[in-house]
Amino acid sequence: MKKIIKLEGLCCANCAAKIEEGVKKLEGVKSASLSFMTQRLIMEVEDGREEELMEAARKIKDKIEPEADFKVIR
Amino acid sequence: MTKKQKKMVIRLAVSAIFFISAIIIEGTSSLAWIPFLAAYLFAGYDIPMKAVRNIRHGQVFDENFLMTVATIGAIFVGSLEEAVAVMLFYQVGELFSDYAVNRSRRSIQELMDINPEYANLVRDGVEEQVDPYEVEIGDTIIIRPGEKVPLDGVIRRGCSSLDTKALTGESMPVEVEEGQNVVSGSINLSGVLEVETTKLFDDSTVAKILELVENASSRKAKAENFITRFARIYTPIVVGLAVLLAVLPPVFIGGGWGTWLYRACSFLVVSCPCALVISVPLSFFGGLGAASKHGILMKGSNYLEALSKLDTVVFDKTGTLTTGRFQVSEVAPVHGDRQTLLELAALGEYHSNHPIALSVKEAYGKDIDPSRIGNVEELSGHGVHAQVLVDGGWKELYIGNQKLMDRQQVTIDTPASIQGTTLYLAEGSRYLGAIVISDTVRADVPAALKGLKEQGVRSLVMLTGDKEEVGRLVADKLGIDQVYGNLLPGDKVEQVEKLLGRKSAGKTLAFVGDGINDAPVLARADVGVAMGGIGSDAAVEAADVVIMDDEPSKIVDAMQIARKTMGIVQQNIVFAIGVKVLVLILVGLGYASMWAAVFGDVGVSVLAILNAIRALGYRREK
Repeated sequence: MKKIIKLEGLCCANCAAKIEEGVKKLEGVKSASLSFMTQRLIMEVEDGREEELMEAARKIKDKIEPEADFKVIR
Repeated sequence: MTKKQKKMVIRLAVSAIFFISAIIIEGTSSLAWIPFLAAYLFAGYDIPMKAVRNIRHGQVFDENFLMTVATIGAIFVGSLEEAVAVMLFYQVGELFSDYAVNRSRRSIQELMDINPEYANLVRDGVEEQVDPYEVEIGDTIIIRPGEKVPLDGVIRRGCSSLDTKALTGESMPVEVEEGQNVVSGSINLSGVLEVETTKLFDDSTVAKILELVENASSRKAKAENFITRFARIYTPIVVGLAVLLAVLPPVFIGGGWGTWLYRACSFLVVSCPCALVISVPLSFFGGLGAASKHGILMKGSNYLEALSKLDTVVFDKTGTLTTGRFQVSEVAPVHGDRQTLLELAALGEYHSNHPIALSVKEAYGKDIDPSRIGNVEELSGHGVHAQVLVDGGWKELYIGNQKLMDRQQVTIDTPASIQGTTLYLAEGSRYLGAIVISDTVRADVPAALKGLKEQGVRSLVMLTGDKEEVGRLVADKLGIDQVYGNLLPGDKVEQVEKLLGRKSAGKTLAFVGDGINDAPVLARADVGVAMGGIGSDAAVEAADVVIMDDEPSKIVDAMQIARKTMGIVQQNIVFAIGVKVLVLILVGLGYASMWAAVFGDVGVSVLAILNAIRALGYRREK
């Protein structure tokens, strides 16, 4: 399942890299890519675990860049 | 500027005033620390706060922490002025990069401002504004001048001109009329159009393009991954060195704790990775933006990287190098002029709707008076026999293939063309001449091939399902080195694989097709380029790079944009790392002050960003 999340207000390129790294390491995430420029996190997750993994991704975001909004696009 | 940015500008302005006044009174007053402290707090009160918060979250080595430690350390050793400068300029740099990033995000959004907000749907004769998602296939929508075409469809009533600039990069408006297709995302310029939709919004061109563009940067170039990996080890190493610098030399070399602590703090200032990390994706983003401005959509910055190293370009023949439409390419009369022969052919073929007849009539170009045509007899498998009125007298005209000429016992002295279809004309048994109809090469192809050679592409290859001789003929005319004919779609993949094995190391191969039936080849090549992306979803999905109109020369633009972007990326990487390392060495040895460190952080960041912005400004050479 492909999930697209917009991280509005993401304002530090290095933090974006750190968030991407963190999300990639989540067990159940097959691939993840966070573009600092488009502020989009695109992750490929195991079917049926979308909710749980999105929550985990949100936690990583909160830890590294609390200012950014976490908006699920689809 | 955003609200947040405006607030920051005011804070920094106030801070700067305090800073300058502090420097002025520094020599004469012992109270200079008060304006210094005010300047420090105005500029960066939030930085230590963020540092503390992030440490609580388990994030230690972020730039807030580094800046806090560096400035507090500097204050501690009595370098108040430098501490304020570091904080002030750090914030200026952050503000600048924030502004630059927002600007370039916005300019690309404007470029891709093709998302239609609504559709005027006609339901039971009543028109209402609805979300494009609500419109179904076969619904009727009204598009007024100035509005965007919300969904793909066919014009049922009206004519107009459409601006497709956002889609194709082409600024000439396209004239459309009843029965023609309209593509979502284009802007209606002049007339009211009544359109029957042929696709749902999700499947419409505009939705596909937006999806592609918005998710473009998810496939990252190696340089982009390199820089984030580099940043991950760079910061801890420099921080480690700073700690060693603060602790070891005072014990082993001497020179006082204060001196070394000052140098260590300068190290921390330089250790911030943001300048590096931001300048690379910003450059790639600019490159992708420049490409889409020219009607070239790319699915990721990795393709910019690949395009900059093209060595082999493989073209599909039909529909890519050629138009895929049959046109009269040769008129060879035995006597008289070419126009007369064409006129005879057009008269004889007047009643036929066969593609060949249509192209003959198109080439003739003038209206035909039907009263000039008498009895017409279709000779199936041979051609046509028609009575036509020429100069006041009726002529028995035979138009068709070799078999027809043999039957009429006509002696032909024109050899048949191997490239296309040859149409012979005879009056009774007297041979008049021949007309060749063939697929024509796109006007833009010679320029495209020349451009690719100039850009250093080593081999140009053509693949075709046609006979090899046919391909060879086209290829020789165009200067294409290798031709492989008689290929089925599956053979094309195999051939591309062979070519992939043959290219030079570190170089890439691109396949250029029209997106029809060549999805596997597009996927197999290092870069799959589909042309004529408008209206072909298959192409948009299968390709890595989509050229929205059908100009093959756009590949040359894509390559130039890629080269320029990669150049900027390399300059930024070398420049940023180089300056940082140099500053670290000078500071470590005591040849440079904390001011140099500020340059190594903020200065580098600003210069790299300014350089990155250049990537967006590609202009096609005329």
